[in-house]
Amino acid sequence: MTTFAPTTAAEVLETVRWAAAEEQPLEIVGHGSKRGIGRPAQTEHTIDLSRLTGVTLYEPEELVLSARAGTSLVEIEALLAERGQQLAFEPMDYGQLFGTEAGRGTIGGALATNLSGPRRLKAGAARDHILGISAVAGRGEAFKAGGRVVKNVTGYDLSKAMAGSWGTLAVVTDVTFKVLPAAETETTVAIRGLLDEDAIAAMAVAMGSSAEVSSAAHLPEEVAARVAGAALGGSPATLLRVEGFGPSVAYRIDTLHGLLKNAGAIEMIEGEASRAIWRDIRDCAPFADGTMRPVWRVSMTPGTAASFILALRMEAGADAFYDWQGGLVWLRMEADPEAETVRRLLKRFGGGHATLVRAEPQWRAALPVFEPQPPALSALSARVKEQFDPMGILNPGRMVAAASSDRLVAS
Amino acid sequence: MSGLLMPKPDAATLSRRAEIVADMRIIVPGEGVVDTVNGMRAFETDGLTAYRQLPLVVVLPDTVSQVSRILKYCNERNIRVVPRGSGTSLSGGALPLEDAVLLVMSRFNRILDIDYPNRVVVAQPGVTNLGITHAVEQEGFYYAPDPSSQIACSIGGNVAENSGGVHCLKYGLTANNVLGIEMVLIDGAVVRLGGKHLDSEGYDLLGVMTGSEGLLGVVTEVTVRILKKPETARALLIGFPTSEQGGQCVADIIGAGIVPGGMEMMDRPAISAAEDFVHAGYPLDVEALLIVELDGPGVEVDHLIGRVEAIALKNGSTTCRVSTSEQERLTFWAGRKAAFPAVGRISPDYYCMDGTIPRKELPRVLAGMRELSEQYGLGVANVFHAGDGNLHPLILYDANIPGELDKAEAFGADILRLCVKVGGVLTGEHGVGVEKRDLMGEMFSEADLDQQMRVKCAFDPNHLLNPGKVFPQLRRCAELGRMHVRRGKLAFPDIPRF
Repeated sequence: MTTFAPTTAAEVLETVRWAAAEEQPLEIVGHGSKRGIGRPAQTEHTIDLSRLTGVTLYEPEELVLSARAGTSLVEIEALLAERGQQLAFEPMDYGQLFGTEAGRGTIGGALATNLSGPRRLKAGAARDHILGISAVAGRGEAFKAGGRVVKNVTGYDLSKAMAGSWGTLAVVTDVTFKVLPAAETETTVAIRGLLDEDAIAAMAVAMGSSAEVSSAAHLPEEVAARVAGAALGGSPATLLRVEGFGPSVAYRIDTLHGLLKNAGAIEMIEGEASRAIWRDIRDCAPFADGTMRPVWRVSMTPGTAASFILALRMEAGADAFYDWQGGLVWLRMEADPEAETVRRLLKRFGGGHATLVRAEPQWRAALPVFEPQPPALSALSARVKEQFDPMGILNPGRMVAAASSDRLVAS
Repeated sequence: MSGLLMPKPDAATLSRRAEIVADMRIIVPGEGVVDTVNGMRAFETDGLTAYRQLPLVVVLPDTVSQVSRILKYCNERNIRVVPRGSGTSLSGGALPLEDAVLLVMSRFNRILDIDYPNRVVVAQPGVTNLGITHAVEQEGFYYAPDPSSQIACSIGGNVAENSGGVHCLKYGLTANNVLGIEMVLIDGAVVRLGGKHLDSEGYDLLGVMTGSEGLLGVVTEVTVRILKKPETARALLIGFPTSEQGGQCVADIIGAGIVPGGMEMMDRPAISAAEDFVHAGYPLDVEALLIVELDGPGVEVDHLIGRVEAIALKNGSTTCRVSTSEQERLTFWAGRKAAFPAVGRISPDYYCMDGTIPRKELPRVLAGMRELSEQYGLGVANVFHAGDGNLHPLILYDANIPGELDKAEAFGADILRLCVKVGGVLTGEHGVGVEKRDLMGEMFSEADLDQQMRVKCAFDPNHLLNPGKVFPQLRRCAELGRMHVRRGKLAFPDIPRF
């Protein structure tokens, strides 16, 4: 067991080249804040990127920031905040959910896991903001892709291929992200007392209006009290976030009022109180219960989310809340992850993907953590993996039980 | 046609043409196979008309099953395939090959699903970009990416090219507005990526497909996000004595946290050509003209117009007009939108380039272009998506003067080299195609290109889909897959460890 801690891209290259030549599997780690997600690792060695740090370029007026992959996300966000800017994709922090330290996580990890938050609905995920990368492919060769400008169609977008690859294709050493101005102010409109089905309908009305709602979530009765220090009390809350310049926010809030005045009682939540609620929704705080009870992150068609939950509850015990207008459902199961049930019903309600983000290792070893793909697509994904990492040395078995990783374990 | 080297036609395929045409007629019965010279003439070029080539045969399928059978047939017989949408590519992405089936997707022209509650439209790939907006505008929705060919270009082609447009600083490129596709791989397998939900359960192959220029698969269905139309839009027309001041104004607007719906700049030659053509009332005594469009609720737009005006004045603007009616806003845009044909009036031919640069490098790049212009003896006019640094120099030449097209192409290549040198890229939205293929080495090392080609190998191991595009030289997948390091040859790395 060796943990390599490279401080330069050249050292990363040297390490991966050695591992490829010796067919030694490597676990790729930043701060390790998301280490509990995915199939349990079976690797001999670790490459720890937390010393590969530093912002190498930040030009606020060009809306661009480059950093080494191990740079702390919190540090980057603080730097951006000094200039009134942000990573608009609002990367979530898994600390609360796993009962580990908050504020951990690297910019490289944000890309590798395609992080996002409630603003995903309007602003996209990490994949939508990545402009360019430097990386070392599992075959032990350094390459770069993309650039530092927003508009670029030169060659394949291999930067996006890194998003959600969980370190199984290449070790990213440098990233360049598009950054955006942070909103001057924000207000959240909270409609109280709606049933899930009515909340889904209300969120669709809000998102289909010209009020430019940037986030839409619904917290059912049993969940509402578990955000922002119980600030919302215990009745269901359907939350619509409006961000922007002061006069514009006021006007758009009025628009929402007009559209939704008959839906239920409406409350306004301003500024920091609003931010605190969205932080907790982002970080799945309602299920941060100090346990390892199974938690699913389900991406699906927004409009069918409430029906999906209703059907699920006929078969299994589950707590749920909705982000992304219903397009993101967080589920907490009682004991068994009920993977077959969750995925069967998800297919019935329009498809999407369910990821078992929190569960005891034995569950994660026994069940597909990531949504299984149909044969033609999974074969294509395996061929893509093979082209980056022919020996299967990078995070083997983290996403799927790969044939090549079995070979490595056997040898 | 200047010296563009395309893959050598396969003699065996050419000799079996009659048989291939007959087999295509079995797969696509009716009028869907075109094999006469006159019939194929309509397909011999795309938006980059300097290059022309008749294909082996033109096939226009109208079902996914036909597309799958065509690709499977071609794959099994080692026949090349060039996919084509509406044929508006400005980089020769749909340029036919003599020995390739030209797979034209224009019959896939139906909208399959309009879903307002989930704000998506599912369309066949041959539906035009504007066709999607037309289908939903009665409910006040639109599809945001707006390439200037939007009246003709297809949504499938937009996916292939990751098309942009004037509004992508605020609303993103095609890649940010497409939620899912169905596509057919070269072996005939039908694969769905994404859908009405967000993100991917595995590798982001949708991100890889978007902008892959028809080299990885053939798109047969597209799911896009639609947005509610902004309540209002107003524009400012701002003139500056120097391009530096115009550039600084753009930087200050963004520095102030304002992301306009559109922000366009024109240089003096482009201003004067446009003004002569459409009489938009552009000032003729400025070096840089900026159009800043703000969209959203009326109060927001009014609020931001005041702030932009102040920023412009601080940067030494000599004229600043704010549109007070929809008619006036459209007049401001009329000159910019007609810039290409306007330049077409002052020069027999023009060649449109498409580099992107870090915005702050604009003065340096404009100065470099002026020097190159003198060196080549050819004029150049510039229109510039100023918000995102995407530059469209229009090189003026006369194709009837021997050697002048070659000169224009060499001038264009030098401009793109300059873009890369200052930290930019070869193409912002038109694609690499055949046009910029041989310049890829300016931006990417051999290792970078090899890794891109390996991704190609995962999709199309025999290089049958759109060969001769994007990559300066195609290397065999077996060769690309070879590992150069063998066990026992490398020392244990001397890296800090625990």
